[in-house]
Amino acid sequence: MAKRVPIHPLPLRIMHWLNAIAIVVLIGSGWEIYDASPFLPFTFPQWMTIGQWLGGAIAWHLAAIWLLMLNGLFYLGWGIASGHFRRKFLPLSPRAVLRDTAAALRFRLPHEVGVYNAVQRLLYLGVIALGILAVLSGLAVWKPVQLWWLSDLFGGFFISRVVHFCAMTGIVLFIAVHVLLVALVPRVLPAMITGGRLPEPDGREVRP
Amino acid sequence: MKSFGLDRRKLLGRALALGALGSLSGCDFDHPNHPDLADRFLRAMSDWNDEVQAALFDPRTLAPTFKPSQITRPPRFNAFYDISQAPQVDAATWRLALTGRIGDKRPWRIGQLRAMPRESQITRLICVEGWRVVGQWSGVPLHHFLRKVNADLRARYVSIHCADGYFSSIDMASALHPQTILALDFLGAPLTAPFGAPLRLRIPTKLGFKNPKSIVALGVTNTYPGGYWENQGYNWFSGS
Repeated sequence: MAKRVPIHPLPLRIMHWLNAIAIVVLIGSGWEIYDASPFLPFTFPQWMTIGQWLGGAIAWHLAAIWLLMLNGLFYLGWGIASGHFRRKFLPLSPRAVLRDTAAALRFRLPHEVGVYNAVQRLLYLGVIALGILAVLSGLAVWKPVQLWWLSDLFGGFFISRVVHFCAMTGIVLFIAVHVLLVALVPRVLPAMITGGRLPEPDGREVRP
Repeated sequence: MKSFGLDRRKLLGRALALGALGSLSGCDFDHPNHPDLADRFLRAMSDWNDEVQAALFDPRTLAPTFKPSQITRPPRFNAFYDISQAPQVDAATWRLALTGRIGDKRPWRIGQLRAMPRESQITRLICVEGWRVVGQWSGVPLHHFLRKVNADLRARYVSIHCADGYFSSIDMASALHPQTILALDFLGAPLTAPFGAPLRLRIPTKLGFKNPKSIVALGVTNTYPGGYWENQGYNWFSGS
C-alpha cells in the first residue's frame, strides 16, 4: 500500500484551527474595544462582539493575542524550515495573478488538490502580511510610551489605531472570501480536519 | 477577585467555538467572588500581562511631551459619574492621610505640598476607551514625596484613595518614574473639582483610569490593593 500523503500536514491543520480560534476572539473583542471610542460614524452591534463590556473585551483581546502570536511564530518558523512557503507560495508572478484572477472571475479556475493557484498564493501571502501588520500596529496602540519607536513608525497613537483597524478590515475581507470559497467547494473542508490525501500518481483523485 | 461580567448565554454560544472553554459551571457571573472558568482564565492571562508589562517598563523611557499649542481645549471631563457629581473638597480642611509602609505618617496639608519643588509637564492622557487628550499638569514628583515621608521604596505597591470613593494602585517602579507627579495645577491654575481638586495623580506612563483624582489617602504596601475598575476586570498594570 502506498504511503498516505496528506493534502494538509498535521502541524498545518493544528495551526490553522488554533489561528481560527484566536482570530475570531481577537476580531470580536476588537470590535467591542472599537465601540468604546469609535472613530468612524458607526459601531459594531453588541451581538457581534465578544466580552460584553470594554473590560471583558480587553481581557479577551490580550489573552487571545498570545495564542495568535505564539501560533503565528510557529507557523512562520515551520513554513520556512519545512519549505512549505517555498513549495506552495512560489513562484508568484503578476502575470500569473492576472491570468488566474481573470479565470476565477469567469468561474473557469478549477480547484487543483494540493496546489495553490496564483490568486490563492497572493491572498495567503497578503493575509500573512496583514496579520503581521495587525500585531505590530496593535503593539503600538498598546504601548505608545514604552514602544515609542514603533508608535512613531506608524505616525503616532491615533494613526496606529487606524492602521490596526485597516489590518482587521483586510483580514475580515480575506475570511469572507475564504469561507465563501469553502462554501462553493465544500470538499476542501474535510481535508483541513483529517488531512485528506493527495491524488495518486496516475492522476486519479482518491477521496478520503 | 477580578470579574469580567460575562453573560452566560452569550458565552455559551461562543464556548462552542472556543471548545476548551465549554465546561461552564453553574456559577453566577454577577458575583466577582464566584468566578467561573472563563473568568479564571482571563484573570490568569491578565496577571501574566501585568508581569510582561512590568518587564517591558523602562524607568528611563519618558512619555512624549507636547507644545502648549497642542493642549486639548476645552479639557475633557471623564469619571464614572456626571461632571455635576464631582466631589467638592474644601482645600482648607483637606488632609492627605498616609498609610502603610511609610516612616512619617503625619497627614499633609495642601500648603505643605505647594511648598515642595514642582515638575511641570505637557503630556498626553490616553483613556482605556481609546481617546486621548493633551494637558498641562504641574505638581510634586511622587518619588520626591515618597522619599520625603520616608516610604519603603522597595515595597510593591502605592495605593490611592479618593474623596469620591474611587481607588487605584500602581507598581513602585512606575511610582518612582520622573514623570509621575502628585498634580496640584492643571492648565496653569489650581485643579478644579471636576479635574481632581485639590490633588490628583498624574502618571503619563499609564492609562487614564490609573490617574485618580481628589486624593485623600496614599499608602505604601506589599499587599495587592486592587482598584475600582481593576476589581471589575480592567487590567491592573495598564501601562502605556
